Amino acid sequence: MGFMIAVIGIPLLLVIVFYNSLIGKKNQVNNAFASIDTLLKKRYDLIPNLIASVQNYMQHERGVLNDITALRTKAVSGQLSDDDKVNLNNQISKKLAGLFVAVENYPDLKANQNFLQLQAALNEVEEQISAARRAYNASVTDYNNAIEMFPTNILASAMNYAPKNLFEIEDNERKNVDVKELFRK
Amino acid sequence: MRNLEEFREFYHQSLMPDLVELEEQRQEAVQKLLTTLIPALALTVILAFLLRSWGDVPLYILFLSIPLTIFIFHSYTKNYINDFKERVIRKIVAFIDTHLKYTKQDYIPKMDFQRSKIFLQSPDCYLGDDRVSGFVGTTKIDFSEIRAQYRTRDSKGRTHYHTFFHGLFFAADFNKNFAGRTIVLPDTAEQLFGGLGQLLQSWNMSRPQLIRLEDPEFEKLFAVYGDDQVEARYILSTSLMKRIVDFKKAANRTLYLSFVDSYVYVAIAYGRNLLEPSIFKTLLAFGPIQQYFEDLQVAIGIVEDLNLNTRIWSK
Repeated sequence: MGFMIAVIGIPLLLVIVFYNSLIGKKNQVNNAFASIDTLLKKRYDLIPNLIASVQNYMQHERGVLNDITALRTKAVSGQLSDDDKVNLNNQISKKLAGLFVAVENYPDLKANQNFLQLQAALNEVEEQISAARRAYNASVTDYNNAIEMFPTNILASAMNYAPKNLFEIEDNERKNVDVKELFRK
Repeated sequence: MRNLEEFREFYHQSLMPDLVELEEQRQEAVQKLLTTLIPALALTVILAFLLRSWGDVPLYILFLSIPLTIFIFHSYTKNYINDFKERVIRKIVAFIDTHLKYTKQDYIPKMDFQRSKIFLQSPDCYLGDDRVSGFVGTTKIDFSEIRAQYRTRDSKGRTHYHTFFHGLFFAADFNKNFAGRTIVLPDTAEQLFGGLGQLLQSWNMSRPQLIRLEDPEFEKLFAVYGDDQVEARYILSTSLMKRIVDFKKAANRTLYLSFVDSYVYVAIAYGRNLLEPSIFKTLLAFGPIQQYFEDLQVAIGIVEDLNLNTRIWSK
């Protein structure tokens, strides 16, 4: 009798443990993505203020400012797939980085307290977004390891779990921002 | 930051006159010690010998002479050590950065030490000295030597004190705002057991959740625990991880860090007294003085090593 309980009970217990750990890992990935989302929203909220405070100074950068506004409007409109979200935000990051480089040409703006505060706040969000991406990558790695390694891989394939992609930095993002190119319009 | 060449020049020009005077004071103290202690020791031995037939009495006499010797030693050298710290250590601190304040008998409050959450034990005996505080650039720093001990009682009711930290304890306001805690500890488990060590660490119930970071060199040296996966990575940016690894390698000591409520705490274990002169060694050699300079430089240099003066965030 005891033997029978062990033969059925132990494998069953193991299945429960592995099943729960897989679910936990999947939710961890979703949770990590949600925290990126929260931070992106924080950045969307800062952008209108930034545009408002720089547009009187930066007469020559109208085009870039309009681009940023347009991208932001698109991003907050909702109904975007995760990939679109990532793409849009990569573009926003690039444009913002270019904008901050261009600020060097406007000494008045560089001395403006309001602008400096906004710049610091945006730097902060930017750094937090990158931290959230790293956290996301860490939980995806954890999840991918679990679904590819024995013995959890057996259960994972039964549950139709597929490996997820890591956040990768796009090639053009790795290059230094080419300011001339950015303001050619 | 000052380099060794600058310090050598400062040593010859500004410290030398003080050192010459202090060396005289030191020799006087040594002489006084020897002329008191040698006859006293001889007397004790003779007394013990004469009373050898009185059972345990000679043993008590020898036993009593130990605290007496320590008392004499302490009272004869106290002035010299105080003067040395006031004149030499204070000057070296000011030489490194004039904005720093040195207090020889003060130390980092126990509350700060506990707030850092680096050590799980609460110290039963907590002592220190040589506190340095002030601003390095825009960063507020505060550090001192600390010795923290906990107490145990054995089966016979005897009390024992165990030192769990002796070294430099450093606190500074960090350049980013954050609300939680992130603790960076030396990674003993992973160095011993590899991947299995990491599994053991994730089961560590006395700490917050384990945070696995992507820098393999950093991961090999440290285990990180924190309340929040994103915040921990916000603090430990890829560049800060690299800086911590470099700092650890340069200092070559057991290193603990923690980030709590926008503050960074660094504990460096030394296992020896810091900034303490030896009564039996001459002051006129450059070596020991250089050691004081370097010990101070390690602590004050943390600001630069961890890039704490970069304030591009909203703090």
